[in-house]
Amino acid sequence: MVDLSASLPPRTRARTSAASWWERPALWRGLAIPVALLIAWFVVTRLGLISSHLLVSPEKLVALPFVDEAGRHVWFALGESVVRLVAGFAIGATAGIALGLLLGTSQAANRAIGPSVNGLRQITLFAWIPLLTAWFGNGDSSKIVYIALSAFFPTALNTYEGLRTIPAHYLEVARVLQLSWRQRIVRLLLPGALPSIFIGIQIALITAWIGTVGSEYAMGVGRGIGTFMAGGREQFRMDVVLLGVIILAVVGYVINVICGRVFRRLLHWQGSPS
Amino acid sequence: MTLQLQQSSQASLAIRGVSKTYRVDDRPLQVLRNIALDIAPGEFVSVVGASGCGKSTLLRLIIGLDTEYDGDILLDGQRIAGPGPERGIVFQEHRLFPWLTVADNIGLGLEARGAGQSEREQAVSENIALVGLAGFEKAYPHQLSGGMAQRAAIARALVNRPEILLLDEPLGALDSLTRAYLQKELLRIWQQEQVTVVMVTHDVEEAVYLSDKVVVMEPRPGRIGAIVPVDIDHPRDRAAPEFIALKERILGALAH
Repeated sequence: MVDLSASLPPRTRARTSAASWWERPALWRGLAIPVALLIAWFVVTRLGLISSHLLVSPEKLVALPFVDEAGRHVWFALGESVVRLVAGFAIGATAGIALGLLLGTSQAANRAIGPSVNGLRQITLFAWIPLLTAWFGNGDSSKIVYIALSAFFPTALNTYEGLRTIPAHYLEVARVLQLSWRQRIVRLLLPGALPSIFIGIQIALITAWIGTVGSEYAMGVGRGIGTFMAGGREQFRMDVVLLGVIILAVVGYVINVICGRVFRRLLHWQGSPS
Repeated sequence: MTLQLQQSSQASLAIRGVSKTYRVDDRPLQVLRNIALDIAPGEFVSVVGASGCGKSTLLRLIIGLDTEYDGDILLDGQRIAGPGPERGIVFQEHRLFPWLTVADNIGLGLEARGAGQSEREQAVSENIALVGLAGFEKAYPHQLSGGMAQRAAIARALVNRPEILLLDEPLGALDSLTRAYLQKELLRIWQQEQVTVVMVTHDVEEAVYLSDKVVVMEPRPGRIGAIVPVDIDHPRDRAAPEFIALKERILGALAH
């Protein structure tokens, strides 16, 4: 029997045995500033230092989505925005990943299409709004196209980069083993580009979410968080606006957390980054 | 099929007047000049030389990663025009795909030849056993030590039962303990598989310990300085006077 003692495996990752949340100093340090701001906010509104029209108290804000007539609309608005986000993102990310794969695997396509894509990418997303509204009107199609565009570029770019940065060493292995075209894609290019594709998806989700709210705000037909905030501003309801801001942040945070967890699981072969 | 493979699993490699010139900044740079070398079936040949002597380039030509060269590299009389399943290679870095398990990495070459599921599984487990990695089939490369990863890379190179196994400083990145151990393992695998081996190394002792003959290369341009046969029975004793004498002779040839 062969002796393995000379080449023992590295000690299996010392997994920090899921420390409880109160035992994690990093978490506490991260919470310090938000908690301080919250306290300051509470104190300022309680003492009446700023007019309550401009800055509503935190406890009122918490109650807003449940007790206030205008505030309750936030749930419908959130639902509509998320549907829009998902629809626009699905279209944009699919197209983006497809284009990235094409550019990253075909020299000819890269030479033909690459420069155009790079040119279009330079256009600030907001600059598309007047064009889109002129082409597709103020309704949902304009917004969906806008959201799709905001998801398209990050996914296309990161997919392409992921393919381009696959080490030449691995490509040589593929040549030596004479992998077929299909095998190269499935066994080498796709998994090799996956970490970068995931980064693209995460960035795209965030920009698509900002795109969702932005397009709703700028093309004010229908409901949605953006429209909800625009309405609040028009009626001088700063509490409604503030609620919109908080929802915006929470959704962004949730996107990041979910992406982080899901992608880490899917990329388990990378091992611990330490 | 199996029988034929067994019979043909010993190939002769003839390198005839091979030269290779790169273009660097639009100026030609000759890295190999007039290399002539015959390698008999089942022979273990080492190529030693200072870095920049073109020994790795020679290996790239034999494996078929680079097909633009002057002269001929003949495998059983056929000029090499690209990679093929009858040749396997192990690089200095293991180059296992990090997203595939050990078993899947080793099975890649079989997959490429369209081998069926059962044939694949059997060949993979045979080769895993051959390199002593049984039990690590499902492990990912990041879970392996350097030595184990290199064993997996050796299994990947051997899985198609190549006639020629090329080793490009395969143990160069390992610590000395693992290195000495894997040298013994290489010897065992070579004897067991009766495969022709061409190994590039900068470790003269390693070359003398393993090889039937040692090719000493000289740099700028890379050319053969000496071919030293090693007529010592295996297992070789590194402390034996004849071993040391041979090592000194090769080191002397290198110092030219």
